[in-house]
Amino acid sequence: MSQDIWNYIFIGISFAIYIVIALKSRATSTKEYYTAGGGVSPLANGMATAADWMSAATFISMAGGIAISGYDASQFLMGWTGGFVLLTILMVPYLRKFGKATVPDFIGDRYYSQAARFVAVLCAIFICMTYIMGQMNGVGIVFSQLFGISLVKGVIIGASIVFFYAGLGGMKGITYTQVAQYCVMAFAYTLPAIFISLTITGNVIPQLGFIGETTDGIPLLQKINTLNESLGIRAFTEGSANNKLNMFCITAALMCGTAGLPHVIVRFFTVKDVRAVRKSACWTLAFIAIIYLTAPTVGVFSRLNLVEKLNNKAYVSQTETEARTDDQVPSWFHQFEETGKLAWVDKNGDGRIQYMGNGDKALNPFTGKSPVLSTADDDFVRGSHGQVLLTNVDPSNNNELYVHKDIMVMANPYMGETPQWVIALLMAGCIAAALSTAAGLLLVLSTAISHDLMKNIINPNLTDKQEMRWARSASLGALLVAVYFGINPPGNFVAQTVAFAFGLAAASFFPTLLMGIFSKRMNKQGGIAGMVAGITFTLSYIIYFAFGGGDPKYYFLGISPAGIGVIGMLLNFIVAFIVSAFTPAPPKEVQDMVDRIHNPSGAGESTH
Amino acid sequence: MDADDNTQTSTGYRKSSLRILFSLLTIWFVVSFGCGILFREQLDTAFSVGNAPFGFWMAQQGSIICFVLILVAYAFLMNRLDDKHGYSETSNKKGNK
Repeated sequence: MSQDIWNYIFIGISFAIYIVIALKSRATSTKEYYTAGGGVSPLANGMATAADWMSAATFISMAGGIAISGYDASQFLMGWTGGFVLLTILMVPYLRKFGKATVPDFIGDRYYSQAARFVAVLCAIFICMTYIMGQMNGVGIVFSQLFGISLVKGVIIGASIVFFYAGLGGMKGITYTQVAQYCVMAFAYTLPAIFISLTITGNVIPQLGFIGETTDGIPLLQKINTLNESLGIRAFTEGSANNKLNMFCITAALMCGTAGLPHVIVRFFTVKDVRAVRKSACWTLAFIAIIYLTAPTVGVFSRLNLVEKLNNKAYVSQTETEARTDDQVPSWFHQFEETGKLAWVDKNGDGRIQYMGNGDKALNPFTGKSPVLSTADDDFVRGSHGQVLLTNVDPSNNNELYVHKDIMVMANPYMGETPQWVIALLMAGCIAAALSTAAGLLLVLSTAISHDLMKNIINPNLTDKQEMRWARSASLGALLVAVYFGINPPGNFVAQTVAFAFGLAAASFFPTLLMGIFSKRMNKQGGIAGMVAGITFTLSYIIYFAFGGGDPKYYFLGISPAGIGVIGMLLNFIVAFIVSAFTPAPPKEVQDMVDRIHNPSGAGESTH
Repeated sequence: MDADDNTQTSTGYRKSSLRILFSLLTIWFVVSFGCGILFREQLDTAFSVGNAPFGFWMAQQGSIICFVLILVAYAFLMNRLDDKHGYSETSNKKGNK
């Protein structure tokens, strides 16, 4: 059977499952739409939250990031999982006790102000929008890779599927679909790792292979360090120099951002009580850990394979069908070459790939941010060996190969020569990752618009039915915007866009929620001023440096835009405390409310 | 509601729950920022896990395992605290105590 047929079978089956589940558990009331009626079991909720929270960026880019940056990529591993601890310990039990369906609800009531509610709604919409763009782009990448269609069509197909079950099914439909999606993701991620671990280290558990030895008796990490050094780049287990503060900030921004992400917090409103919330959080992190502990192993294995299979190999034209020897470039190379994720420039004219490392922008074989494939008459212009030529070749270095980090996961099974169905499963997993996160975000977006904006701010007399109608049309509207940005992403990489969403959440929701929960004295003036200060600062810094062409040498204390959310967060705290010190204390009811949420009993079902 | 009914129990409960919270967050900080970032070089040369340098291993694997354990400990300790103060959800209906 050909690879395409396997792909269609696996993706077809997984889609059929999602759609059947979505239809079976369709939401009939706003309560089911927003919080699945509050009766989801901790285990199911844990799986669903894990799927919701692990985005296409995690699935597609993270292992690639580790493969290329080695130790430096630990900031993502620790940041995203560590944030979950903050979320569970500092936020969720209290917000759950408060018992409203959304985060802006809490902020609106705690800061007894419609203005605060409004700012929170805007932040929620903005954060989810930033995040969902990355997901739509991820869906588009997978579909275009898979079916050989354009990115535009890929994004549109993905969006229609998401709309179908998120718009219709609400939280209830999404939760049960995500349980299925988690299973697909977990298998898709770990199986290739197990296969490759067996070939490289002979160990069936990739995490043990990671700290163990390769089949030729050399410790795996030592082997990859030697390999990296032979290519002229720093060792895998070493970090780049002088980035400690920056790494600290990025990790902290991701952690606090996770704890402030509205679409994750809202997941815990779907379980019965505070005890169930604690249990559910354990399950969620355990399920997330399965994939996160595998990611570094995939990174090392694919890095090793990539260099061994490509460095110093002779390029063979795609049209040559003869079986390839070990000295020639493998045939999967062409598939990724045509999407611009792999590129080869024969600088010294010897017909072989000379790889001198990547990850460092100075070493890309081309100028600018990504390779520009040269085309004429709807076909690629090819060089003397059959390779696709680039129009932006940079002759100032000797490196000839460009590897986009996203392909580390996608090409990994090809490199490891795993069975065809494993590759098909991986494709299904990528799609599941992107769809589950996009659906969860879409729901929060539509809730923010229908519930927080329409019902609580603009028209309190909205009936349940009208509110549902608003929710569904809002999700359609939000999706259309997401599709546009999924096709024309403002950032360079999927992961980068997502990292910014975390920075914004860290600077806005995290401090405001934290002060709202733990400080009785914090009043509305302080809360609003802090939130506005935090998000304005962070957003302008990100826009100026990441999109406006600001020079990195002017970074504040050398902190990159991905880590600046931490400074925005500190600013939020400082501004909030100063302003609240000079303004009157909050009313008695609000202070009582703060007392009440610290008492775990009587959380009951969440209402809205 | 509950907070006004029995201020004594409530204050004691809050104190103990904050103590649990701070000790777990201290562990959280040490295993991630401490071992994985701040003192990584020193730990890398001093210890190792299998063939992996300790600081590096903590950053990529160990911290994540610790995070899961922290949450398990949190659930266990908080549930025990709830029981001790009579806040177990099952015996308490919403709104009356």
